[in-house]
Amino acid sequence: MAAIVVVLQLLFPSAYYYRVAALVFVFALASIGLNLLMGFAGQVSLGHAGFMGIGAYAVAIGPTHLGVPSWLSFMIGAALSALVAFAVGRPILRLKGHYLAVATLGFGLLLAIVFTNEARFTGGPDGMAVPRLVLFGSSVRGAQSWYWIIAASFLVGAVLALNLIESPTGRALRAIHDSEVAARVLGIDVAKAKLAVFVVSAIYASVAGSYLALLNGHITPDVSGFLRSIELVAMVVLGGMGSIAGSLVGAALLVVLPQTLTFLHDYEHIALGLIVMAVMIFLRAGIVPTLASALDLRRA
Amino acid sequence: MPAYAKTVAAAIALWIAGATGQASAQVKVGAVLSITGPASFLGDPEKKTLEIYVDDINAKGGVNGQKLQLVAYDDGADANAARTFANRLVEEDKVVAMVGGTTTGATLAIIPLFEEAQIPFISLAGAIQIIEPVRKWVFKTPHTDKMACEKIFADLKQRNLTTVALISGTDAFGKSMRDQCVAVAPKAGITVAHEESYGPRDSDMTPQLTNIKGKTGVQAVINPGFGQGPAIVTRNYRQLGITLPFYQSHGVASKQFIDLAGPAADGVRLPAAALLVAEKLPDSDPQKPVVVAYTRTYHQKTGQPVSTFGGHAYDGLMIFVDAAKRAGSFDKAKVRDEIEKTRNFIGTGGVVNMSPTDHLGLDLSAFRMLEIEGGDWTLVQ
Amino acid sequence: MPEFLQFAFSGLTVGAVYALVALGFTLIYNASDVINFAQGEFVMLGGMTTVFLGLAGVPLPLAACLAIIATVAVGLALHHFAIEPARGAGAVVLIIITIGASIFLRGAAQVVFDKRFHSLPPWIGGDAIRVGGATILPQSLVVLGGAVVIVVLLWAFIERTLIGKAMVATAANELAARLVGIDTRRIVGLSFAISAAIGAVAGILITPITLTSYDVGTLLALKGFAAAMLGGIGSAVGAVVGGLLLGLLEAFAAGYVSSQYKDAVAFLVILIVLLAIPRGLFGRASVERV
Repeated sequence: MAAIVVVLQLLFPSAYYYRVAALVFVFALASIGLNLLMGFAGQVSLGHAGFMGIGAYAVAIGPTHLGVPSWLSFMIGAALSALVAFAVGRPILRLKGHYLAVATLGFGLLLAIVFTNEARFTGGPDGMAVPRLVLFGSSVRGAQSWYWIIAASFLVGAVLALNLIESPTGRALRAIHDSEVAARVLGIDVAKAKLAVFVVSAIYASVAGSYLALLNGHITPDVSGFLRSIELVAMVVLGGMGSIAGSLVGAALLVVLPQTLTFLHDYEHIALGLIVMAVMIFLRAGIVPTLASALDLRRA
Repeated sequence: MPAYAKTVAAAIALWIAGATGQASAQVKVGAVLSITGPASFLGDPEKKTLEIYVDDINAKGGVNGQKLQLVAYDDGADANAARTFANRLVEEDKVVAMVGGTTTGATLAIIPLFEEAQIPFISLAGAIQIIEPVRKWVFKTPHTDKMACEKIFADLKQRNLTTVALISGTDAFGKSMRDQCVAVAPKAGITVAHEESYGPRDSDMTPQLTNIKGKTGVQAVINPGFGQGPAIVTRNYRQLGITLPFYQSHGVASKQFIDLAGPAADGVRLPAAALLVAEKLPDSDPQKPVVVAYTRTYHQKTGQPVSTFGGHAYDGLMIFVDAAKRAGSFDKAKVRDEIEKTRNFIGTGGVVNMSPTDHLGLDLSAFRMLEIEGGDWTLVQ
Repeated sequence: MPEFLQFAFSGLTVGAVYALVALGFTLIYNASDVINFAQGEFVMLGGMTTVFLGLAGVPLPLAACLAIIATVAVGLALHHFAIEPARGAGAVVLIIITIGASIFLRGAAQVVFDKRFHSLPPWIGGDAIRVGGATILPQSLVVLGGAVVIVVLLWAFIERTLIGKAMVATAANELAARLVGIDTRRIVGLSFAISAAIGAVAGILITPITLTSYDVGTLLALKGFAAAMLGGIGSAVGAVVGGLLLGLLEAFAAGYVSSQYKDAVAFLVILIVLLAIPRGLFGRASVERV
């Protein structure tokens, strides 16, 4: 994967491509977190963009209202997300299936409403400017610099996630996914494991949100909106639940597709809807797992 | 090579192929508009207007001997998407100017890009923060929400009303105007006694209006908002039998509001551009020829009634075209200077006089106070 | 007292729409375990199609009937082309498919119709009716009445007809239903058709009050889904109660607490209810097989 990151950017003719690629990695990061929750632990979250919002606004509010430097606000945002996930996760994760989905949906909506209404801190529906990140004395500017930073973070995040999956905790998660009752019988502390992965996925989302805010230099409440949450879920499912590489593919698909479909103008959404449906119908395990098994079969 | 790598590579290739459009010798004007999504009420007329008039200009020979090409993208009222498309306009399409930014959020998100790339940007959004503080490369055509508040307050004082209640949409437009009204009220001698709000997609505002009705001392009600919300508020207002004077904002400046609110709209007042009462203006009014022409053209080409949002797009495009003609070229710095020197430009929004400290160029007289009567707009003298 | 009544009227009117959307969710879920996020689009199609047929000169009652038929056709197409081919895929995959369908339908609506807001004349016009110091629009009564009629018809269909029984059987245990000779595929298709019809009727009834445009579906689906879960997914009574309750919560929150946070309050209450009663108000206990 590291090879792709390095090689691909040689193809980019202009800063616009760096920007889009950086966006892909931002959402891929958030998707990895959500994938750990949905694909491995089997818990649905329709409000994950809320955590992205926490990370994004942390990096905006910290330097602007509290005088905290950006990089510190970044960490505080992640810590805050983890805390909120811990507090909210304990009661919510007792719910199952669609009920959990609604609870997370409500949570995401609540955050979005708070961000929209508390204009004194958040700038309201028009959003607020995000001061530039200052690293080692110089401010980070330009899509190119961000591309490298975010891509590197993505690689780190992917490696950590893969490690988590192979670890005993990861195996416990997969057991829970298959059957919670059986897992409990085996002695796995189901509640603790679910909470742990919820917190971890919240941190991934927060980091992604912070990067998004820094990259754009401006943040609005719809970063944590319902549509954003649905987008994340779609990225995970389209790319392949349970596949880290799938997170990257799903993010790439949903970030790049609207860019390629602009030539359709009014028909863009029709095409987008059709593509989403087609991918799910024909590649129902997600793009990566389906292609992987198809290629495997051929090799065998 | 692993499966995912191939898919990623394929996707990227497809994207690069799609994004690099054909190289063109035409002069490109960019527009990032909210054509779909919650602000499509604003963005759709803007896009249609730009398309109609770019074609019209080209049919008459273009500008400085060259044809214009409109490159329009839809941000769906999402600031992140707006930023990406603005980036694309600057880096890929290499536009010479941008007329767009339907929502304030999108505009604020993309201003830094145009400042850095040094490309003139004429925004179509409402909030005053876009031009205050003045930024070198950023201009705007719509009246500010602050002006709307001032105009309404002036009318209230004329009617000897001083205590008002606000019911505003929680969308960016409603919130921004509400903030301005609250800030300007003390200086204008107006007291805001009570406030309520509603979501832009809500379908019933009777609870909020009931609270306003129950508050003693309120003499008039103002509704900052846009889209379908104000139409529903207006209907609810009559349903509850509230007879206090009711003011709307310029966010509903389209015949559609009257159609949707129905008979409930009678008696409602609002500040709006002369465009809405084009045919009713006295012949001596300098704006009359421009607004009548635009009204007829827009209606003829789209079959829909005019709205001031499309009018702002018209103004933006024409100001740019005039500036380019005066500059004699499309050199971005020269065009920018000429835009700033715009004097006595008669647009749909008013008469525009820009200066280095005023990148809007409209004063309070550009707003007319209208009242709805018998299903149509009338000028309040 | 008059304020309380006014809030209640507002809540019941809006709640009736949520109830009908929630009913649509429940019907399809019962027959096929699919959460159909395109449910809101059925409501949109009912309203918009009627409006545009009316603009084209078709008399409104006929336009309404045609709109319902058109929406049912869309529902059947959705089932046939998008849901059926994905049989056996996980629940989340099916949800994403319906989300894709919702995007598609919204995109199509933009092109076929337009992006503006539209209204319909109320079935019963005239001024608002005064009851106990509060006012209620005659059309609100039509909406509530319509909701009641639909629920009663649905109940009669399920309890009294053979096909209705077949739907209940499919919902209870699909394999067993197939074993006794029920064509479950057609039953699921039927559930989509009925849901679409209910959605379309809801759209036609509510448009005179709430207006319609190409994207009213999204928020409605969200709230209808939440209402269905509040009532307990799988229970028709739950769907209706959930919908009405959600409407009332929003209205009371707007009136008594804060109009800015009314949606937040409503969802907070739903969260608390679900935490206390994890299966929703009327949900059935599910047995998890190991």
